[in-house]
Amino acid sequence: MKVKSLADLKKIKAQVQEKIKLREQGENADKIVQVKVAMATCGIATGAKDIMTYLINELDFRGIEAVVTQTGCMGYCYAEPTIEVIVPGKDPLIYGFVTRDKAKEIIDQYILKGEMVDGVIPITYKTIDE
Amino acid sequence: MNELALHILDIVQNSISANASIIEVIIDENIDKDLYIIEIQDNGKGMSNEVLQEVSDPFFTTRTTRKVGLGISLLKQIAEQTGGFLKIVSEEGKGTHLTASFSHKHLDRPVLGDIAGTMTLLIGANPQIRFLYIHRTPLSDFEFDTKEVLVELEGTPIDHPDILKALKEMIEENLEMIESSH
Repeated sequence: MKVKSLADLKKIKAQVQEKIKLREQGENADKIVQVKVAMATCGIATGAKDIMTYLINELDFRGIEAVVTQTGCMGYCYAEPTIEVIVPGKDPLIYGFVTRDKAKEIIDQYILKGEMVDGVIPITYKTIDE
Repeated sequence: MNELALHILDIVQNSISANASIIEVIIDENIDKDLYIIEIQDNGKGMSNEVLQEVSDPFFTTRTTRKVGLGISLLKQIAEQTGGFLKIVSEEGKGTHLTASFSHKHLDRPVLGDIAGTMTLLIGANPQIRFLYIHRTPLSDFEFDTKEVLVELEGTPIDHPDILKALKEMIEENLEMIESSH
């Protein structure tokens, strides 16, 4: 069934409500991953819209509780698309040159397993000496 | 930036930064008059006359992270390339109204592109903002208002990925029904 009208949307609503109920039973707010996608002209011109859409869909598909939002320019225009990933309990990390493959890697390796992934923008990452 | 939808996404960021709570995107296709007009209206904090004078200068920006602000100047350039224009009216404390007018059939007019994806991305990232999208073609009009959507959803979050997918489909289907140009 193709969604064409607000009435069609109402039918989807019930399915979504069920899905939310199931999720809420298992998760709590502390575990929510936050991803912010830089969406200024430099980001948009290099494909940030596509990356953001991909992240929203992939995180949902994988059942990862996450909030994906957009921000303005983070200042790393040379490395767009850039995303900031905040995993609960860890410092925020900003990744640059994020392609779909890189986004998938960040989800699989960093978000799910806590393993470091190449492509962190150094200025935002502290070493163990600091 | 080869899609008008991406330029719209870009300009709407300005409205969001201006703390708008209502953002309206209007696309008016008038083939008889060879006009393709995009309007973006918001109720954000608006701009003073001084800022308004400078706003289409690529080296002017209110951002602090960098020294260029390309969104408006790029849109102005592509509108003018088709023989059109860009006009911005703004009042502090009231809001801003941007109009970009293009020749509909001019080869340099970029395609509209994925406007449904753009609108749903904006809605998903800013669920607290009321978005209106109105698209007019010679055949008919399509009007989309997140306020109406919220009434139908009765509490289901508008930014849930499944809802966003449904909204995207709804916009795409309706644009096809009114035979919007690509």
